[in-house]
Formats: sequence, C-alpha cells, structure tokens
Amino acid sequence: MSGLLGRRARRSAANAAFIGACTLATIIAVGVLAAILVSLLHEGLGGLNAAVFTKSTPAPGSDGGLANAIVGSIMLCGVAMLIAVVVGILAGTWLAEYGRESAYAKLVRFVNDVLLSAPSILIGLFVWEIAVKPVGGFSGFAGSLALALLAAPVVTRTTEDVLKLQARQLRESGIALGTPMWITIRQILWKAASGGIVTGALLAFARISGETAPLLFTSLNNQFFSWNLTKPMASLPVVIFNYALSAYDDWRRLAWVGALLIAVAVLAINILVRALAQESRPSR
Amino acid sequence: MADIATPAGAPASVPRKTVRPRGAALDPIFGFICGAAATALLSALALVLGSLLIGGMPAFQKAGLSFFTSTSWNPVTEVYGGAGPIIGTLITSALALILALPVAFCVAVFLTEFCPRVLRRPVGIAVELLAGVPSIVYGMWGLFVFAPAFAKWVELPLMTAAPSGSIWETIVSGVPNGSGILAASIILAIMILPYIAATLRELFLTVPPKVRESAYGVGCTPLEVVWSVTLPYVSRSAVGAVMLGLGRALGETMAVTFVIGNSHRLPQGIFDSGSTIASTIANEFAEATSPEHSAALVALGLVLFLITFIVLAIARALLGTERHKG
Repeated sequence: MSGLLGRRARRSAANAAFIGACTLATIIAVGVLAAILVSLLHEGLGGLNAAVFTKSTPAPGSDGGLANAIVGSIMLCGVAMLIAVVVGILAGTWLAEYGRESAYAKLVRFVNDVLLSAPSILIGLFVWEIAVKPVGGFSGFAGSLALALLAAPVVTRTTEDVLKLQARQLRESGIALGTPMWITIRQILWKAASGGIVTGALLAFARISGETAPLLFTSLNNQFFSWNLTKPMASLPVVIFNYALSAYDDWRRLAWVGALLIAVAVLAINILVRALAQESRPSR
Repeated sequence: MADIATPAGAPASVPRKTVRPRGAALDPIFGFICGAAATALLSALALVLGSLLIGGMPAFQKAGLSFFTSTSWNPVTEVYGGAGPIIGTLITSALALILALPVAFCVAVFLTEFCPRVLRRPVGIAVELLAGVPSIVYGMWGLFVFAPAFAKWVELPLMTAAPSGSIWETIVSGVPNGSGILAASIILAIMILPYIAATLRELFLTVPPKVRESAYGVGCTPLEVVWSVTLPYVSRSAVGAVMLGLGRALGETMAVTFVIGNSHRLPQGIFDSGSTIASTIANEFAEATSPEHSAALVALGLVLFLITFIVLAIARALLGTERHKG
C-alpha cells in the first residue's frame, strides 16, 4: 500500500514539475519578446522625430534622418511584391487547378517548400551572380529581384492552399455556364479566394521588409536620396546593419530608430493579417 | 454576365458554327502562363544551385579537399580554408537547437494543455509574433542589450569560477566581451524557438481529443498523456518541425553576424569568437575585390546550400504526409 502511495506521489510530483517547466518556458518566451520590445522603445523612441522622415542619412557628427532608407525600402519591397504577387498567384493557381497531384506538380511543390525556407543570403549570392556581376554594378533592381525570390514562394503556397479550400461547386458552376476555365479561375475562384491571397501577400511583405542579408550585395547602400532603381539604393535594414556596427553614437541612435520602425511595421502587418483571418473565419 | 461572355481580348475570329464559348481559345494560353510561373520557381532553385556551383568551382579546384579541412582563411595571401565557418555553422546551429527544443516543446505543451482559456490566444499570438520579428532586430538587441548582460552575468562568473587546468577552463575560455559561439547560439535559439513552438502546437492540436481523453480516463497525469500519447502520435511530423527549425538556424545571417565575433579560426571554447558561413559571406562579400576571394565565399555558400537543402528535404519529407491530410 505504501509502495502504491509512493508511486502515486512520485507521479504527481513529476507532473507538477512538468507543469512548472512548461509555465516557466512560456514565461521566458513571452518575456524575451517583451524585453526586445522594451529595449526597442527605450532606445528608439528618443531618436524619433520629424527629421527621421524628412532628411537623408547623415555623415557622422551631423544630423540627419532615414528618409532615403525608408523610401528605398518601400521601393525595393514594392517592386519585389509586384513580381512576387504575379508569379506567386499564377504558380499557385497552376498547382491547385492544373498540376494538382501530377508528378511535376509534386516536384514544383517540393521545390517551392525548399525555397520557402532557403537561407536568404544564398538568394543574395545568386542574384549577385546573375544581376550584379554581369552588369558590373549594384542596383536597386537586383535587390528587388532577390526580395521577389523570397516573397514568391510564400504567395504561391498561400494561393494554392486557399484555392484548394474553395468548394468544388464553384468550379462546376463555371463549367455549367459554359465558361472557359481561365475565366472561371479569374472571375470566380480568385474572387472567392481573394481574402486568403491578400493575407499571403501581406505575410510575404512582412517577411521581406525586414530582410537584410539578400540586400547587402545586391542593392548595396546609398548615402543619398535616390529614385533610380538602376543605381545602388539605400534600405532600412542595410542602414541599420551598417550604423549599428559603426563607432559613432549618433549613427547607432539612428540604427535603433530604424529597428523600431521596421519592427513596428512588421508586427503591425502580422497583427493585421490575424485580424483579417479572424474576420473571414466565421463566414466560412 | 456580359462581362463573362465577352472578355477583353477575346479573338473575334472564333468560328460561329462550333459551340465553343468565346474566350475558350485563350484557355491553353492561360494554362501555359500559369505553368510557366510554376516552372520559373523550379528553375530558380536549379539556377541558384547552378550559379553557386559555377561561381564556387575555382575555389574548390584551387584548394581541393583542404577547403574543408584547413582553418586558415586569409584574403591577403589568397589562402582560403573554410573549416572554421563550416564547423562554426554546425556548432552554433546544434547548440541553438539543443537550447530551443526543450523550451519550444514546453511552450507548445503549455498552450495546448495547461494554458487558461483567456490567455490562450494572446500568448499564442505573442509566440507567433516573436517569429515575425526581423532578424536584424534580434541582432541589434543581441549586440547592445544581450551581449553586455551575458558578459557580466554569465561569462565572467563562469570563467572566474572555473578551476585552472580543468576541462571547464578549456570549455569556457575566450574573451568575456559577450560575443562568441554561445552568445550567437542563444540568439539563434530565441529566433527558432517560436517557429518550432508554433509548428509543434499545431501538430498537438491534430491529435484527436478522444485519444487524449481516453488516456486521461485511465488515470494518466498530463505529463504521461503528453509523453506517451500526444508525442508518439505526432512524432514523425514533430521531427520534421525540428528539422525545419534547424534549417532556419543554419542559414540565419544577421542575428549571428552581430554577436559571433567574426574570426575565422576554429573556436577554442564556447565563449570564443567564431564565424558561420552566412556571417562570413555577409561580412566580406561586398568588400571582396579579388575573384579568388569571391569564389571562396560562393563556395562556402554552396556548402551551406547543400547542408540546408538536405535538412529541409528531410523536414519536408517528414512533414509532407501531414500537410495534405487536413
């Protein structure tokens, strides 16, 4: 009897320790997120002022802002998203509607999944080989191309997933009307799946807007304001990287401001995506 | 309706006697364009591999096998041995996985088993947001906030406490400035933790409630339910999720570059500075002036590509069966 009780006590003690460990682990995980946000706000808010958005990156010692980097980031990501959304939606549509379970579709799906988590710095190396080295110079286009390669797999994957969720009847209704398949896809399926596709595009945008590694040797950096995508172009992540590792206090302060801007933007997109998903769920 | 019947760009010369709807002629074209987009993704990966092979070949030819065994990396004398970064990559990723896995597992269990209902959504979202924070932010936080604290509270006490001449002294050797192999591994662990936790949590939710409830019904404690029912049920996919996290750690660049200390020799202890393949490329590629230097860096990239490709392929193969079930 005492042996049974002892075993019972051991089991419940082990269980209590397990619950404690799980709770502690969660507290640590959430605590780290809080610590990162607190230091971002603490270090970044102080440097946040109008000049950040109106002036270009300064020489050490003089004051300036991040305007060229902010505009550069938006342009690079904008062009990249344009390419990624077109390629991603078409490729996702092919996987869901044309390729389906064929061997070739399975291969494409697998390759897309690998691209989805491929190291971004290797994408940068690749784009350098095909779009910087032959041309003989760094350019904003090369940076956009690298970012597009990172964003397209995300859009492809979500497009395929939401198209597969659409009811079979939607496709049949198109066929019943004698509508060609491409019009069925365009007018019925894409419309029905638009919420999910937008979510995928937003997630892709959130992912590439913080990417630094693929830009380091494609779009490089530019100290001055520039709209020219054929020349090197500043971007927030690269400026943060350069300034954070510099020896100047005012550059480091700007790096913190940039990090705060990027983190807030990315977190805001992620929260927006969740809000959108929450809204569309009950209707399904 | 009119919109559907007369699409823009429909050819006017569709023969009247066939009953094919207008615009049907464009069907194969649209299918072809979609197929081309899919093929573009396929060829992108092939091109990445091809360009890394061609770009890195000169370095392999020049250094031969010593590219993998030599630790001397010197752009001035044009000697490139990649053992330092390659081993650094493997060590930091392995350490990060060892650190992150138990915590991620516990977080996933907490969220599925113990979390009060009110907290479930906010905590779940917080963990997922942690996955969304850009790696450059982790890097900056690691360099300016984490590293100084790590040096003061962990490195210095451990180094002074280690008895001289013991194995401990060797392990904890290095410069106590907060950056090094272990510091980089911890930052990496923080980065991959939410990925693993979020995937594990989703896997745990696929376990049918009946299976778990029957285990509770025969008197199992939550620990026993998780350990002998939930975990075996999802084991295959769980390994896939862990491999996915490992894949991320291997290729992670910015967060590591900030805190690893960036030296090419083989790290002597866990506080010693080192480098990974990704951090070496990030630091040197834009400044590499000689073709030999670029080729050596691209060759390192190829090694990284092959390692991550194998890890990701295994991960996808293990996860793949689950994905198309639901």
